[in-house]
Amino acid sequence: MRWLLLKDLTILRRSPLLVGLLVIYPIAISCLIGFALSRGPDKPAVAILNEVPASSNEIALGSERIDVSQYSTELYDAVDPVPVESRAEAEEKVRSGAVLAALIIPADITSKLQTGLSPATVEVLYNAEDPVKAAFVQDTIKAQVQDANLALTQALTGVALDYLDLIVSGGEFDLIGQTFDVLGLERSQEILEAISPRLSAADSAEVGEVIEFAGVAGDNLALADNALSSLSAPIRVETTVVEGGRTPLSSFAVAIAIAVSLMFVTLLLASGTLALEREENAYARLTRGLVAPSALLTEKVVLAAVCSLAVTLLMLVGLALFVGLEFGRAPMWIAALALAAAAFAAMGVALGALTRDVRAASLLAFMIALPIAFLALVPSGAVSPGLFGAITAVNALFPFGPTLDALDWALNGAPLALLTVAHLAALVAAYSVVGRVALRRFG
Amino acid sequence: MIDEGRSRPTVLEAHGLVKWFGPRAALDGVSIAAAPGERVAVIGPNGAGKTTLLSILAGIQRPDAGNVETGGQRVGWVPQQAALYGKLTVAENLRLFARLEGRDDVEQVVERMLDQAALGDRRDDPVAELSGGNRQRVNIAIGLLAEPRVLLLDEPSASLDPRQRERLWEFILALAERGTAVVYATHDLSEADRHANRVLVLADAELVFAGTPAELEQAVGGGLRDFETSFVSFLGQLGH
Ligand SMILES: Nc1ncnc2c1ncn2[C@@H]1O[C@H](COP(=O)(O)OP(=O)(O)O)[C@@H](O)[C@H]1O
Ligand SMILES: [Mg+2]
Repeated sequence: MRWLLLKDLTILRRSPLLVGLLVIYPIAISCLIGFALSRGPDKPAVAILNEVPASSNEIALGSERIDVSQYSTELYDAVDPVPVESRAEAEEKVRSGAVLAALIIPADITSKLQTGLSPATVEVLYNAEDPVKAAFVQDTIKAQVQDANLALTQALTGVALDYLDLIVSGGEFDLIGQTFDVLGLERSQEILEAISPRLSAADSAEVGEVIEFAGVAGDNLALADNALSSLSAPIRVETTVVEGGRTPLSSFAVAIAIAVSLMFVTLLLASGTLALEREENAYARLTRGLVAPSALLTEKVVLAAVCSLAVTLLMLVGLALFVGLEFGRAPMWIAALALAAAAFAAMGVALGALTRDVRAASLLAFMIALPIAFLALVPSGAVSPGLFGAITAVNALFPFGPTLDALDWALNGAPLALLTVAHLAALVAAYSVVGRVALRRFG
Repeated sequence: MIDEGRSRPTVLEAHGLVKWFGPRAALDGVSIAAAPGERVAVIGPNGAGKTTLLSILAGIQRPDAGNVETGGQRVGWVPQQAALYGKLTVAENLRLFARLEGRDDVEQVVERMLDQAALGDRRDDPVAELSGGNRQRVNIAIGLLAEPRVLLLDEPSASLDPRQRERLWEFILALAERGTAVVYATHDLSEADRHANRVLVLADAELVFAGTPAELEQAVGGGLRDFETSFVSFLGQLGH
């Protein structure tokens, strides 16, 4: 078997195109995924026309002064702001594609916010040529305007609450540099209650009504506090994960990238090298007393598994540059990769045994691998329960699903079910038998 | 018809071989024997059962009936299509199979084979770059690695040009001279006539003639010039 392994490695070494593909393909995938995960979407360039004079950035609400520009910076954080001087310039930049969109903040926004008579409006210009970009701009700006709205509402509510408090409890009130003392409902009630006994019976009864009103008003307005607070954030969202792990998306994407690469490299190598024996007519010569068919199958499984283990390990090291991977778990990476590679290799050998030449074997491997990966990633709930059951049953026949589970364990510390290990081991055994039978049948 | 009745000791004997593929017989009671240094040609039209016969003698296929005796010796087998790794060099192919054959004098055996096949100067060329004739010689050299006393060759000269054919036969005849029994299949009458001591004719899974080339010519009738035509009508008379 040693000599056959050496022979196959020599042949691989002399097939630079194939090896290049087998190595470059996973590296390209891991770079793409790594890059996508680490960068996130770029901040879109957005032209900003701010017509509000710097002096009116502040609005006065009673005694409070709110700096509106503070809320616009929140929006600026989410985009790459490009200041422009005029509406024409903004339009031109959007049209030419220099920016994704333009945001026009009109001069009257602060006065409108202050009076509250008509809603303050900002204007967004964007190029809808590319629907994806358009949707992106719409979503980003909508989200940011909502955030700004929320922040403003909270500020305004705060002011309103202060007013209410002043009316209920009384206190000092600043208005244009002058300070007033506001009596407040509570103190009004106290004063009235104090003078009530000194009044005539008729007067006392009327004052009693005022006292009662002051009491009821005070109590109810105090309750309004809560109502107003909840107004500023009408719905709060609390999320609870009910099913599935807490593996962050990026780490799961790494597991998928590795599983996909492992699948392709292993399937192609195992099926290709076995099919090559027949393409070169060497199979009959080898199995004529030189090598037992099962030893030949084992050799291909070992070859494919070892090569793909090396490639995917390299890939993991490369990906670790982009996403945080715990190198301390490396032994677990190797264990998971080795078991999964063995399962895919056994499957590849079964495919190789069904075909007579490398081309057919590769084609078959590709044709089967793509739907497997696709099926394994169909989430429950995306299809009807009956169909999902069927998909689960089909998935159980292929190593992709348990490979993902094993990799999630190795990479992200997700719990590893003994069933996963048993599943992969069972697939190794089952596909080896299929390969052996197929060789006898088609050899 | 049975190929028997020789007194010399044989290195290969098979009796009453039968092989069915579904409802059709590929071999129907064929017997064959070969003595050391003997050159036996198995001729017959395509589909007659030549490859099936050689595969059974080589132990690649099992007969449905009959038996093969090789006296415990390994039989060298050279398949019709070269069974070589195109990406490996001539020497690497020989070395690999010498190792798999369990030879412990690997390098010596490889050198001897390169020498016998006159391929010393092509030893480091990838097999994929060799001419058909040279590739077939490597193919045969691999069949000889175990130094078998019987060598089975399945249409060794098919797809070779006349000059390559000549050189290939020099190589094969030299082997027989050294005592190897050579059994080869061919559908080329002149190759049987020129190079064999004995000729077996297979037609539709049956052995229809066994004898020397001269006896075959006699049975067929007509000179060698019209031999092909006469042979076809000879088969026709026998009901094939
Ligand atoms: N593996 C096989 N399966 C089915 N039929 C076969 C197989 N091998 C050979 N045959 C049939 O057996 C007959 C003899 O074939 P073969 O021995 O290859 O003939 P030859 O070598 O003389 O051309 C043919 O009819 C062929 O179609
Ligand atoms: Mg044939």
